[in-house]
Amino acid sequence: MFEILEKERIGPGVNRAVIFAPEIARAHKPGQFIILRTHADGERIPLTIADKDADKGTITLVWQEVGVTTYYMGTMCVGDKLQDLCGPLGKPTHIEKFGTVVGIGGGIGVAPLFPITKGMHDAGNHVITIVGARTEGLLIMTEDMRKVSDELLIATDDGSFGIHGFVTQVLQSLIDKGTKIDLCVAIGPVPMMRAVVKVTKAANLPTVVSLNPIMVDGTGMCGACRVEVGGKTMFGCVDGPEFDGHEVDFELLMKRLAMYKGPELIALNKFRETDRGCQCTFPGGA
Amino acid sequence: MSEQQKPKKPKIPRQKMPEQNPIERAHNFYEVALGYDNDLALLEASRCLHCKKPYCMAGCPVEVDIPDFVEMVKKGDFIGAAWKVKEKNSLPRIAGRVCPQESQCESKCVLGKKGEPCAIGRLERFVADYAAVHGEGKTPELPKPTGLRVGVVGSGPAGLTLAGALIKKGVAVTVFEALHELGGVLVYGIPEFRLPKAIVKSEVDELRKLGVEFKTNWVVGRIETVDDLLEKAKFDGVFIGTGAGAPLFLKIPGENLNGVYSANEFLTRANLMKAYLFPQSDTPTAKGRRVVVFGGGNVAMDSARSALRLGAEEVTIVYRRTMEELPARAEEVHHAVEEGIKFQLLTAPTEIIGNETGWAVGVHCQKMVLGEPDNSGRRRPMPTDEFFDIECDTVIVSIGNGANPLVPSTTKNLETNKWGNIVADLETGKTSKDRVWAGGDIVTGAATVILAMGAGRKAALSMLDTFGIK
Ligand SMILES: Cc1cc2nc3c(=O)[nH]c(=O)nc-3n(C[C@H](O)[C@H](O)[C@H](O)COP(=O)(O)OP(=O)(O)OC[C@H]3O[C@@H](n4cnc5c(N)ncnc54)[C@H](O)[C@@H]3O)c2cc1C
Ligand SMILES: Cc1cc2nc3c(=O)[nH]c(=O)nc-3n(C[C@H](O)[C@H](O)[C@H](O)COP(=O)(O)OP(=O)(O)OC[C@H]3O[C@@H](n4cnc5c(N)ncnc54)[C@H](O)[C@@H]3O)c2cc1C
Ligand code: SF4
Ligand code: SF4
Ligand code: FES
Repeated sequence: MFEILEKERIGPGVNRAVIFAPEIARAHKPGQFIILRTHADGERIPLTIADKDADKGTITLVWQEVGVTTYYMGTMCVGDKLQDLCGPLGKPTHIEKFGTVVGIGGGIGVAPLFPITKGMHDAGNHVITIVGARTEGLLIMTEDMRKVSDELLIATDDGSFGIHGFVTQVLQSLIDKGTKIDLCVAIGPVPMMRAVVKVTKAANLPTVVSLNPIMVDGTGMCGACRVEVGGKTMFGCVDGPEFDGHEVDFELLMKRLAMYKGPELIALNKFRETDRGCQCTFPGGA
Repeated sequence: MSEQQKPKKPKIPRQKMPEQNPIERAHNFYEVALGYDNDLALLEASRCLHCKKPYCMAGCPVEVDIPDFVEMVKKGDFIGAAWKVKEKNSLPRIAGRVCPQESQCESKCVLGKKGEPCAIGRLERFVADYAAVHGEGKTPELPKPTGLRVGVVGSGPAGLTLAGALIKKGVAVTVFEALHELGGVLVYGIPEFRLPKAIVKSEVDELRKLGVEFKTNWVVGRIETVDDLLEKAKFDGVFIGTGAGAPLFLKIPGENLNGVYSANEFLTRANLMKAYLFPQSDTPTAKGRRVVVFGGGNVAMDSARSALRLGAEEVTIVYRRTMEELPARAEEVHHAVEEGIKFQLLTAPTEIIGNETGWAVGVHCQKMVLGEPDNSGRRRPMPTDEFFDIECDTVIVSIGNGANPLVPSTTKNLETNKWGNIVADLETGKTSKDRVWAGGDIVTGAATVILAMGAGRKAALSMLDTFGIK
């Protein structure tokens, strides 16, 4: 059992928790994720390790409430325990001194981008971070990002904070200004990553994306996480989660992510009718 | 009970196993075979001739003392019989259920020459179940700890057997398992209706009582490598029993459509994640209306029969050869047929057809004929120019599993063969790496539970020998 030591709501439907998991904290490298189960009948879901403190033996998870498990986690409190926590999983990010690295994070994707940004920064890269969200209230972890970025650019779709526009427009203007960019790392909703890749392909900039296919075991045993990269089938959990963005079939990824839409809704509705766990931050439709 | 008094043996037929009726069981996940009762067991045991030269034993990979245990059954000493079996087979409740007996011990039984062989597997299951229910649950006395420690990677039958054999000799054992449950394929692959999970759990609990330490959610190669286990955690030896867990696909167009599963995924969702209880459990799975399964082994049968139980109206197994060549156990094929699974034989899928939203809607197939035998001795399927389609909404690809590369790729100096299996001596389990043993499916490729147990046992003996423990 894995105890929740800190828990806070950092945006609408977005939560952050610090969890005691010393072995995972010790072994973790940027880019890796865990798979958790909240309770004995729970689903296994993957979440990126957004940060860790190896000395304290903790890892940080940041998640958006989208379905039964993530909503349920939203109702969990300090002192509650996760039934299972397995990790670190996935290949770590390839980190070295590339020169200038541009990190692009959209929505909840800022959380998984954080440890990579930190790693790239520690490796001596000049790090430019672009974070974006629909509106100001949905921006997360901007202060954390500021600490590990040489330049931080913030964009909102509605212009409520920072630059008015999409992260792709900010990236495009960097390119247009002639900024020398050696690597882009983009993490966010699939349409965002696809849009970023469109820009970087035209500018011929190597781009890493982190994919979020549906997973079960996370160890290469089931193949639920199949993605197509460069026309080849890969397993997201063991061959990734990071891939060459220029080669990814985003269309397929989106279709596969919608595979359980029907049952997921049934599960969520059933969950809303019951009251699992403590109620301190019960979503209640929020 | 002396030999002379024995009356002339009446011709007793092989005793049938009571089973749930096929119509009912096709809709539930309860065990299909219900097991012998005392009377049936006594009757069946009375058929055994207690041969001086027991050929049956030669057919058992772990050489269970069959004549003696069956003799004890005859005498009504069911618990004694169970202990006799356990001398060689530490997981008899499991082996008695899933061993391919008809091609192992029973295939060699002399009774089989003229009539039907003694039902060794059913008797083994009976005594082991009997002892589990009626036994006083005595824990064997453990020797003084030797101070030696062994790390086991993977909690399948190979790892569990090795753990049991070592702990009984005073060697401390820690088992590392990637999943949240212990038992390997026994819990995530083989369905509840063939092997109830409570049985696997009770076998694991027994090991826990003996002092075996289990660490679940522990992926060796990610959290710690095998080298870490040896050097940092200071284990005296490591056994790798990670199984053959990487699903293979046919690499035909359409395999990444929605509704297409590997058997591993389909069975894991159903068994390990209890998707059949959805939405009581949170994990969904396809509740296909028309399901097509590619393959003809045990895994294909399990997938097909699970799909049926999840509510499919029609389940079709597509197999390249004929009924004769099906690699699955005869009993499982028989059960599948009884339950109404369809067999589309001499057929190879060439493409999975999808709709605009990315869902599978059919399978494009090619008719085959049998040609000359190939090097497996089975007649090779040859394509014809006849094609046809099968309509479906779910496809389960069950054509086998390869080796998961995670442990070999993160362990220094560990030799693997061209299929990625770890190279190990089949008699001792020794690998190319000092203090590292391996066994089970990761060495042999996908095989059987009893062979994995045999490998665990042999590796344990080799370890004890290396450690100088008698
Ligand atoms: C490597 C990886 C890292 C991730 N990191 C984060 C993160 O740091 N923060 C975050 O908020 N989300 C992250 N996700 C996505 C997160 O796993 C899903 O949001 C979560 O599984 C939804 O579960 P649910 O039960 O709440 O919702 P459900 O109702 O089950 O699903 C809602 C949607 O989430 C996706 N999903 C469902 N089950 C899974 C699954 N087992 N694996 C992956 N996706 C699934 C599907 O698209 C589905 O339609 C990550 C995914 C992957 C693969
Ligand atoms: C659906 C199905 C039905 C079958 N039916 C039968 C049958 O009827 N009769 C029969 O005799 N055989 C059957 N088999 C075959 C049999 O189950 C296997 O041969 C046997 O389980 C192999 O045992 P094992 O100990 O080598 O590995 P497994 O049982 O595969 O266990 C390996 C374990 O290691 C874990 N692991 C893997 N990598 C790591 C890692 N890096 N770190 C930690 N843990 C790890 C896995 O999670 C798994 O739990 C069937 C197989 C399947 C899939
Ligand atoms: S372990 Fe298997 S092969 Fe050996 S006697 Fe028992 S059923 Fe037969
Ligand atoms: S060969 Fe058959 S009859 Fe002879 S001892 Fe073995 S089980 Fe009994
Ligand atoms: S999640 Fe099962 S293989 Fe990737």
